[in-house]
Amino acid sequence: MLDLLFYIFATLSVVGALGVIVNKNPVTSAFSLIAAFIGLAALFIQLDAYLVGIIQILVYGGAVMVLFLFIIMLMDLPSEERRKFGWGPVAGGILLGCVFVVQLVRVLADYSAGSRVMQDLPVGAASDVEQIGKLMFTQYYFPVQVVGVLLLVATIGVVVLSKKELD
Amino acid sequence: MEVTLNHFLFVSGLLFAIGLAGVLVRRNVIVIFMCLELMLSAANLSLVAFSRYNVTPGGDADYNAQVFLFFIITVAAAEVAVGLAIIVALYRAKQTTDITQINSMKN
Amino acid sequence: MESQNLPWIILLLPLFCAASILLFTRRSGNISALIATGCSLISLLLGVALLRLPDGVHVAAFPWLNMGSNVVVEIGFQIDQLSRGMMLVVTAIGAAVHVFSLAYMKDDDGKARYFAGLSFFMFSMTGIVFANNFVMMFVFWELVGFSSYVLIGHWFEKDSAADAAKKAFLTNRIGDFGFMIGILLVWGLTKSIYFTAIATAVVDEQILNGVSNGLLMAMVLCVFCGAIGKSAQLPLHVWLPDAMEGPTPVSALIHAATMVAAGVYMLARIAFLIPMSAGAGEVIAWIGAITALMAALMALQQNDIKRILAYSTLSQLGYMVMAVGINAADAAMFHLFTHAFFKALLFLGSGAVIYACHHEQDIWKMGGLAKKMPITFVTFVIGTAALMGLPFVTSGFFSKEAILGAALHGHKALFVVAAFIVLLTAFYMTRLIVVVFLGEDRSEKAKKAKEVPVLMWVPLVLLAVPSVIAGYEFFYKGMALSPAFPHHEGPASIGLIVISAVLLIFGIGMAFWGYKGETSEPMAGNRLARVFGNKFYVDEAYTWLIKIFQDGLAGVANFVDKVVVDGLVARLPAAGALRLGDAMRRLQSGNLQSYGFLFALGAVLVIYLVVFK
Repeated sequence: MLDLLFYIFATLSVVGALGVIVNKNPVTSAFSLIAAFIGLAALFIQLDAYLVGIIQILVYGGAVMVLFLFIIMLMDLPSEERRKFGWGPVAGGILLGCVFVVQLVRVLADYSAGSRVMQDLPVGAASDVEQIGKLMFTQYYFPVQVVGVLLLVATIGVVVLSKKELD
Repeated sequence: MEVTLNHFLFVSGLLFAIGLAGVLVRRNVIVIFMCLELMLSAANLSLVAFSRYNVTPGGDADYNAQVFLFFIITVAAAEVAVGLAIIVALYRAKQTTDITQINSMKN
Repeated sequence: MESQNLPWIILLLPLFCAASILLFTRRSGNISALIATGCSLISLLLGVALLRLPDGVHVAAFPWLNMGSNVVVEIGFQIDQLSRGMMLVVTAIGAAVHVFSLAYMKDDDGKARYFAGLSFFMFSMTGIVFANNFVMMFVFWELVGFSSYVLIGHWFEKDSAADAAKKAFLTNRIGDFGFMIGILLVWGLTKSIYFTAIATAVVDEQILNGVSNGLLMAMVLCVFCGAIGKSAQLPLHVWLPDAMEGPTPVSALIHAATMVAAGVYMLARIAFLIPMSAGAGEVIAWIGAITALMAALMALQQNDIKRILAYSTLSQLGYMVMAVGINAADAAMFHLFTHAFFKALLFLGSGAVIYACHHEQDIWKMGGLAKKMPITFVTFVIGTAALMGLPFVTSGFFSKEAILGAALHGHKALFVVAAFIVLLTAFYMTRLIVVVFLGEDRSEKAKKAKEVPVLMWVPLVLLAVPSVIAGYEFFYKGMALSPAFPHHEGPASIGLIVISAVLLIFGIGMAFWGYKGETSEPMAGNRLARVFGNKFYVDEAYTWLIKIFQDGLAGVANFVDKVVVDGLVARLPAAGALRLGDAMRRLQSGNLQSYGFLFALGAVLVIYLVVFK
């Protein structure tokens, strides 16, 4: 059952990802990406990473993609892509992607530890939310602060960049 | 067929490759940016997979990786905000989002 | 003062002097001149003090080039008869020339440069004399060449002086190239560059046994090449007469007494090598003899007072080289020792004459100077007598007899040549005296000539003394130099003395008879005389040879330049670079996607190299 779910969601995310690059309309691409992210989130949950899965949907599928769509709508340029089609970049991109996949397959074929099967988590272990929370606010307390500062800087940067008179 | 670590890693790599191909193939800056996000998430998948399969001595998942992933998502969100702001600014300056038209690095 | 440090002081004092002139007192010619002269006088005192230093005394050496564990090139000192005697010559003549120059160069604009050059020359020459290894000698050899270049070209505004300086430098280059090859051969064959070590290896350990004679001959003759260049032997003699363009005191110091003798000195240093190769000595002796003969013949018909002396120097150097060639290096050194004094005297005397006649050098525009310049005349006659080898009263007699005696015992044909040169020498020197000092004055300049200032005639008188006595046994014995010089005066040499005396008188008489009362060259129309006067057309032949060679070379160079350099070396890479640049420029499209593509390609490549290689 779980295996079947894996294949379903893996297919969903891969098809979604392909949809991103195949669709000419940016809006369609954005929706495909949301589909891919949902598939990914499902895979996370299948890996017992509930918090990460939820965050993936909330942050990526929600906030980030809304932002993308917002910008696309703002610019109103779905027609832009149709003007011309360059074979060079397409061929190069696909070739490199294929080479990369071939390399990946060969690496994974040699990776014996990769054939492990998932073990059940010990009964009565603390939930992932609790464990991640503890880690974040004890061991990784300082990085959390740094990331907070980073978000602040990003916010200010975005405001500065978005101002009209950008010379 | 039982799902193994390799399955997840393969999906992760495949998504990464698709994202890479997208970055190279598409001309619309926004779509390229989406593909970059896809590549980031693909990398996240392998992180989570490793965290689940490489259990700690107690048999529990290694949550350090998931904390790490949390940071990645945060940084990615910040990056999206800044990146989109830059794209908007670029669009204002050039009236286009076609990356082949944005070649002011030449000359 | 630690006596072991004496050589260091003698070596470095002139360098210090030259440096301080160039750095500090360049603006003031007078102060520079006094500094240099003071240093040279101190050097003379130290040079005399050096005579007390025993043979082979250990002087701290400075390891200059350290090339691995077993090859260390030192700035080291070899103190023995040879270097002590030579050092005395260098410092004594150097001091006399410095004092003479004070007056001679009194009004020269480049006085500071001149005295710095003299000091630098003294430094370089000292280095050659003290050198205990070939490499150090070679370095100072080149430095001497450089200072000679500077001093010949002292009046570089004159084209002829600049050309002469260049000629001297380039001609010496040819010889030095051979010298360098010779040094490398010696080094390769004997595994050492130190003279004492080479001597031990060659003489005691017979290390050269079994080496083919051709190689040994090449070794000796290549080293001899250095002497050919520096001591102006045939066929590289052409630079020395032209070097007379330099100030006369320089000619006296460098081109008569010391530097040109450095070649002979070097040969004496390595005299033990010459008999190692059958035939090499023969070649050296004949080159010396032919040089001596041709130079003496050329001297017969020169009209420039300094050039006569220059050819005479060539001739005497040929004598010395000949002596080295017949394994009489001690006789050669003896002659070098005496010759240095009287030839420097003659040059300074000619300088005095030139000075008195307001830089007139043509002997036919002089005449009758004996009455006007008595001191110069007397000292000049003493020098001439020494050069001719007037029996029993002059130093030149003893040294010349030593060489003639060695030739008589060693090689009869060479003796004939050498004896003939005695005749020629007497002839051309008498001609010089008769034309310059006797008779009537033949120009306004000669008419107004008067005795030179005291600073100029004092060195003449001081040099006249050793010109007479340097050959006497008590003199060089007193200087603790005797083992370096041959014991002569055997009964067998009485015949020799008679022969040379007869030749001498014959030569003097002929010259008197031929030139007494003449106002212009009596043999001017003679075809043979013209050949002599034009120096056997050697310069012209060289010019012709060089022209042919140069034209050929230029043709080849032109071809190489047009086809190889322009075509293959320049155009091809240029075109390649252009194409490459074109390709590179296309790469730099400014297109973000192509950059991204390259970036990804690089990443894939890195993965390939890291994982799959």
